[in-house]
Parts: sequence; C-alpha cells; structure tokens
Amino acid sequence: MIDSFYIAWKYLLFSKARSATLVACITLIAVLPLALEIILDESEHQLVERAEHTPLLVGARGSALDLVMNSLYFADEVPELISMLTADEITATDLAYSIPLYVRFQARGFPIVGTTLDYFDFRRLRPAAGTPFGLLGECVIGSAVARELGLKPGDSLLSSPETVFDLAGVYPLKMRVAGVLAPTHSADDLAVLVDIKTAWVIEGLVHGHEDVTRSRDGSVIIERSESNVTANAKLMQYTEITAANIDAFHLHGNPEDYPLTAVIALPHDDKAAAILRGRYQNADTSYQIVPPADVIDTLMTNIFRIRNVLDAVILFVGLATLMALVLVFALSLRLRQREIDTIFKLGCSRLTIAQLLGAEIVIIAAFSSVLCLLILSVVAHYDQQLVRALFI
Amino acid sequence: MISIESLRFSYPQDGFNLQIPAFSVPVGQKLAVIGPSGSGKTTLLNLIAGIVAPDTGRIQVAGVPVHEITDAGRRDFRITQIGFVFQDFELLDYLSVLDNILHPYRITRALQLTPAVARRARELAEQMGIGDKLQRHAGDLSQGEKQRAAICRALLPQPKLILADEATGNLDPDNKLHILDLLFEAVDQHGATLLAVTHDHELLPRFDRVVDFNEFRGGSAA
Repeated sequence: MIDSFYIAWKYLLFSKARSATLVACITLIAVLPLALEIILDESEHQLVERAEHTPLLVGARGSALDLVMNSLYFADEVPELISMLTADEITATDLAYSIPLYVRFQARGFPIVGTTLDYFDFRRLRPAAGTPFGLLGECVIGSAVARELGLKPGDSLLSSPETVFDLAGVYPLKMRVAGVLAPTHSADDLAVLVDIKTAWVIEGLVHGHEDVTRSRDGSVIIERSESNVTANAKLMQYTEITAANIDAFHLHGNPEDYPLTAVIALPHDDKAAAILRGRYQNADTSYQIVPPADVIDTLMTNIFRIRNVLDAVILFVGLATLMALVLVFALSLRLRQREIDTIFKLGCSRLTIAQLLGAEIVIIAAFSSVLCLLILSVVAHYDQQLVRALFI
Repeated sequence: MISIESLRFSYPQDGFNLQIPAFSVPVGQKLAVIGPSGSGKTTLLNLIAGIVAPDTGRIQVAGVPVHEITDAGRRDFRITQIGFVFQDFELLDYLSVLDNILHPYRITRALQLTPAVARRARELAEQMGIGDKLQRHAGDLSQGEKQRAAICRALLPQPKLILADEATGNLDPDNKLHILDLLFEAVDQHGATLLAVTHDHELLPRFDRVVDFNEFRGGSAA
C-alpha cells in the first residue's frame, strides 16, 4: 500500500508556513480573475438593468454620468441642482409624467431619496412591512438598510448632518420608519425614501419651530411689534415631526424654486420622448435630458476596456506567481534531495517519489480550491454591496 | 548469504574503478568492512542492495541474482530483504518516530502495513528503548535515539541482510557501543546477516569477521 497522501499531509502539516504561503498564492491567482468577473457581471447587471428601465432623466447641464449615477444609483456625487419648476414644466407639456428626485442627504451612511409616491409605482417597490410614507417626516427604508441598521416600521432614523462642523446648520431630522421595502436587488435596497417635502425639511427649507407669537421668553424674542416678531437662534426648532407639531411646519419662499437633483421623465410614447428630448437639447437651456441607457452604455464600454487591461495584468501577475511557485517547488526539491535519495535507497521507485510529491501538490491545490470557493461565495453573496462600494 | 564473482563497477566521470574478483558472506555472519575513504565501501553496499548495477560480474544475495533482475525487482528485493542503516540516520523530521519506523510500508506495495506490523513496530521500539518516544517528531530525538529509530526501521520488515553504512559514525563513544550491542542483539534475534562499513577500529573485535578493502587489490576476500 502506498500512503502518498498520508506522507504528503504530514509533510505539509510540518511545513505549515511554506504550505500556507503556497495555498495563499494559488488561491490568489485563481480568486482575482474570477472575483473580478463576478463583480463586473453584477455591476453590468445592476447598471444596465436599472438604466434601461429609466426612459429619460432631466437635470442641470454638466456631467451626464454624475446625473445618472446620483439619480439611479444614489451615488454620493451630487449634480448641479435644478428646481421643482422643471418637474412641473415636464408634466405641463403633456408629453410625459415626471417624478422629482432630491438625492443629497444621508442617514447613517445610506442615501436619503426625496421623491413622490409615483416613484414606488415606477420602480415597482412594495413594502414588505408597514406602509409607504404618508406623512411629513416619515420614511420607507430599503431591505438592506433595515437589515444593517436593525430597523422596522415604527422605529426612527436620524438624518446625518452634511458637515460635522456646520454649527449654524440645520438640525438632523428624526424620521419615523413607516415601512420596509421588499428586497429588489437594486440601489433601492440601500436607500431611505422620503417624501420630497421631507427632504426639504432636512435641508431646512421647510421647518417647524415653537410659536414665537406665544413665546414670552425674553432671551428668545429680540423684537416684537404688532405685525412682526423677531427671534434669535435660541428659538427651539423641531427635530422630529409629530402629530402635535406637524401644523407648525411651513414653507419659506416659492415651492417652485425648491431644489431637486433630477427629474425622471416618463414619456407617454416614443414620439413624446423624441419631442421632449428636442426641447431640452436646445443649447440655450440650462438643463440636459439624457437616456440613462446611453450614458451607462458609454460607462460600460470604459469599464470593459479597464477589464481587459486588468485581465492582462492579472494574467502577467498570475504567470509570474506561477513561475515563482515552480521555483519554490524546485528549490524545495533540491532541499529535499537527501530525503528523496533515502526513500529511493529504502526501495521506493522514482514513480512513487513523484507520486508523493504529486500528492503534496494535489493537497495544496485542494485547499486552494476550497479557499477559492469560499472567497468567491462571499464575493458572490456581497457582490451588490461590493459593486456599490467600487463602482457606484 | 552474499556471493560476488568477477565484479567490475566504475564511475567513468570520476575515474573510479571497483573490482572484486570474489567475495562471500555466510548466513548469520557479522562482517565489518574497513578501508580508506573513496575505496568503494559504500559502493559495495549499493551494489549488494541493487541500488546500482555492476558493469560486469555476478552478485547473489540470499539466492537472488541481483545483477540479473529488473529495476522494479531490485527495489522490491531491497525493501523486503535488506535493512539499511545510514550514518546520518536519514529519518524524516516531519514524521513521528512511529511513522518513520513504518515508512517502508507506506512507500511500496511490496510490504503490507497491517495491525500486526504496527504492533511489531511498537514492540521493536520498546526493545530499542524508544517506546515512549513514538509520537514525537524524529527531529526532536537525540542522536542515539535517532539511530535506534533507524535500526527499528531497518529491522521491521525482518530482512535477511542488514547493511550498515557507518551506522555509529555520528555517535559518542558510549552510544557507539550501546547501539552496536543493540544492532548485534537484533541481528541475532532475527537470524540476519550484518555487513557493516566502519572506520572505527575499536569496534572491529566485536565483529565475526573484518574485511579490509585493500585486500581486493590483491585478490579475493572469500
């Protein structure tokens, strides 16, 4: 009986550092291209599918890519702002429905998406628990947000200040979680959806505070006349919208001028889409209208160009590593020459010696394969998050 | 046990030439081979064990014409009929003492590793005084303990011939005598024949017969 694997296993166990290094090198060579393949496939899937389901996007002139990435995938880069008037104008053309988007703020690292209930129908979002937002100050969170933050309907979520050092800035808004969306395997899983007015509350354009006409606190009121009351910054601002204070919330200025990051335009038909695009392609306007699929197509072309370069780099690194491994193995054989001579003298054939060394390679390859599969399954499990972290 | 006739062997690249007109060792004899370095003592052991084949001549060991059989046949013959004890013990550091003793059984189909063999390995180790070290790595043993383990490995297949290539060369004087006693005891117990290459003239009186390699220059050493 030849116990090649037993002897090989004992050797590998004895030379733990060498064995671990070999396993790590082989795993790395195999994992890199395969993991990249998984991530790029998922990125293509996520980017293309969502873009193809969004007919037209209207935003301020500037980077079309920033506009698409912010509006479709809620990327951090905020495009130039447009106003609510744009959304109203699109609806007024009778060529398309419009869905306003204001994607600027965050809550505990997740993007807050200010929009309307039409967005739920458009993206076919449905709550797995609770209801869509109904009141000012309510939010509906994506499945991944609920899972990672451990939130459920009835809980609350605080918006994050835009800058930590903005002492004069607006207080964070404590939002009530009205519902949790069913998983969609899209950017919506990682979003906090709020009514567009709630997004404006977070910005401070819509706000609520104690009634200054009733306040008798001398340290708050600076000046009081029959028609006007002036208060200082000590005036208490509400940081949570409740049934008791909701009536105290009010707009300042004209709502048509309130900011949006983009408007999703849903043309009634192809002809309406063509006419709408024609209107916004006029160089005089400060807007742009883009079909997201075209923008993503350009992005994917660039990504795949990079992918080819990466593939080539990985191939060269892989070849170099393989050569290094062959060298390590050859040197190891030389170091073990005496051992090989001994077992040959004892009566072992050259073929059996090759079998013993082959068993070592098989064991190392088996460990590398298992490790590789584990890493790839982790990558496959978290591919959406990885894609968001790496590309969006 | 061993019968050599008209043997010629050479390493052309080194200009090394070995000629043995006639040489024989009867069964059960404990024979010491002495001679200057490079005279061919180790080569003689390799020829007897079938590790290298002679250019011409005949070698017969335990009735087996070693010079005639195939490589595979010589390997099977070597691992079943010959026990090799080396100067540097040649144990594998990554194996336990027990695994080292059982090693010949794991590298050939000619020997079958059975529970009885494993039991015999333990008994042999007990006899050699390393019964309590069986689970330790070979690298953790003292020189004397290593050689005892190497002798156990050589004796386990119950070989008819034991070839010892300066088996006591790396041991201190006390260990030298003790290991030689153990080796002789084991050889007697197993009814084996011992052919030992040595440089140590102090040990020679303990052998049944001593062959000086210089004798081969003058004729046979039968």
